[in-house]
Amino acid sequence: MRQRAIFKFQLYVAADSQNSAQATANLGALCRKYLPGRHEIEIVDVFLEPQRALAEDIRMTPTLLKISPRPVQRIIGNLSQTQRVLDTLGLMAGAA
Amino acid sequence: MKADRLRGAAASRKAPTGIAGFDEITRGGLPRGRTALVQGGPGSGKTIFGLQFLVNGARQFKEPGIFVAFEETSQRVMANAESFDWRLPQLLRKLLLFVDAQPQLDLVQSGDFDLCGMLAGLEAQAAAQKTRRIVFDALDIVLALLPDLAARRREIYRLHDWLLKRELTCIVTLKAPVDDPSSVTQQPYGFMQFMVDCSVILNHSVVLGVSQRNLRVQKYRGSQFDENESPFVIGKMGFDVAIVRLLGRADAAVTHERVTSGVKRLDTMLGGGYYRAACVLITGFPGTAKTTLSGAFAEAACRRGERTLFVSFDSDGTEVIRNLSSVGILLNRHVKSGVLRMASSRTVNGSAEMCLVRIKELAQAHGARCLVIDPVSALSQFGNEMTAYGVAERLLDWSKAERITLVCTSLSNEISERAEDDTLLHMSAMADTWIHLNYLVQAGERNRGMSIIKSRGTAHSNQVRELILSNDGVTLADIFTAGGEVLMGTMRWEKESAERVAVEVAAVARKLKGVTLDAEQAELGVRLKAVQTEFIAKQIEKTLLASTTASRKAEVLRGNVRMRELRSGDAAAPKRK
Repeated sequence: MRQRAIFKFQLYVAADSQNSAQATANLGALCRKYLPGRHEIEIVDVFLEPQRALAEDIRMTPTLLKISPRPVQRIIGNLSQTQRVLDTLGLMAGAA
Repeated sequence: MKADRLRGAAASRKAPTGIAGFDEITRGGLPRGRTALVQGGPGSGKTIFGLQFLVNGARQFKEPGIFVAFEETSQRVMANAESFDWRLPQLLRKLLLFVDAQPQLDLVQSGDFDLCGMLAGLEAQAAAQKTRRIVFDALDIVLALLPDLAARRREIYRLHDWLLKRELTCIVTLKAPVDDPSSVTQQPYGFMQFMVDCSVILNHSVVLGVSQRNLRVQKYRGSQFDENESPFVIGKMGFDVAIVRLLGRADAAVTHERVTSGVKRLDTMLGGGYYRAACVLITGFPGTAKTTLSGAFAEAACRRGERTLFVSFDSDGTEVIRNLSSVGILLNRHVKSGVLRMASSRTVNGSAEMCLVRIKELAQAHGARCLVIDPVSALSQFGNEMTAYGVAERLLDWSKAERITLVCTSLSNEISERAEDDTLLHMSAMADTWIHLNYLVQAGERNRGMSIIKSRGTAHSNQVRELILSNDGVTLADIFTAGGEVLMGTMRWEKESAERVAVEVAAVARKLKGVTLDAEQAELGVRLKAVQTEFIAKQIEKTLLASTTASRKAEVLRGNVRMRELRSGDAAAPKRK
């Protein structure tokens, strides 16, 4: 059952800044590898949608929000430390 | 004219903080559209400084502001600010926004990040609010999360660029090491010192157990500023930075109006009383009736209906009232009617600076026109020796500017013989009128002597007078000098009564003499009358005698003729027929 859950992500980025571009790439690669076919990613540009960023208390970019499954989790940074991201999301390396 | 124009230009380049004293130090406020750095140790007042900048900006200058809180939550900042008279809720939303930017406790970090998210959010809010001022409180918290120095530098520059582009006047606060706040350039964010246009260091230290706060402007590009440390306190209105107005003294309008000292003969000695808005210093040893003399002044002021504040460091307000009532100075009814406000603090708890601010607040709240501080020397006690002089100076400047007549008492050190020329606060040099009270011990008595050492701008008596306290009030008596010695107390009384007796004796003697003379005169008058009467009697007797003699003679003659007739012997007898 847990394996079947669909992961919904929101990635708040700052236009095409270096960290944001890296985070977008890192998240895509990670999802393809560990969550194939059961992930949804929404990219939110804080410059285009500042009110959303405010509403979600986004201070640092990039910020990754895992909306579901619960609980909501928040990871900041360019997601370059893959292991840390996997640990936080409860995805064991190689469990795919 | 030129000065006005210059000031106008300076004002447009500066954003006034509205913080008492700080705008004077920086000649107008913080650099407009630029970033200022405020650094200090824990509890040095960084957050308060930043928040007050926004509150004053919103209320006094109608410049909307945003407070970005990195360390404390905005709720806590607001709750803490409730202790000030800032009425924050009025300003919220329209003129003052709080943005929480604390890193969440459960925050997970993976790799490098930047502050674009925050700036994007702020950009939207700033556009909506038309923000002019912004404060980043404890920016170091978020900087600490960045992986390396290069990243920190990058984000600070990003922030700086954004601020410059938006032309926001900004305060960034950073923690500084506690022990040595002057070595701020050594710390991790030292390069910020070189980036910003203005840098302020807040210092909080403890001297002999008394907390002392200092503020120093370290740099200010393109502007003059006071480079010295300035003491400040955090009072009801927030920061209050102490400044000595170098040229300000002459600003206060001078007056020739006199106010009574409460003692009639003292007024005469001063040529009409104290000057309005003057500073009067009453020095003396313990128990020389300094409080009584100042109480007399306070009562007289209250009777005129002038609101008066009586600050007592020695004893409780109620004690002062009771003690003064024993010499006929009745303050109680004035307290009841609200004209007089008694304030007391047994000892100075806190710095002299703090006391000054409290006195100012009380005086302003009460609308005081007359102020008594008993004794002002309390300000220089315990750990305040260094600052008290400046505090006394500012007290004087302030009271003159506010046109408050100030009467201060000052305790002389009984051990020091030359107490007259050594008051700790150098108040004697600054005061307009200086009255010294002294004891004169003589013939087993201790009596109070009063003299005016100086009184600027008034002709004043050079006489020493004896100060007499009685149920009916305070009076001054002439002293006697006899054989080069000054007589007071019982000896004066003896001398006085001796003179009185002498006068009485002389009067009685005069009366007696008059009576005696009257009696003698009366007696003479009587004698005169008796003699006159006798004289008349003698006259009558004489007349009587003359007439008797004449008739006897005629009788004798007639008798002879008859006898001859009867004898009829002589022939001649018929001839007679």
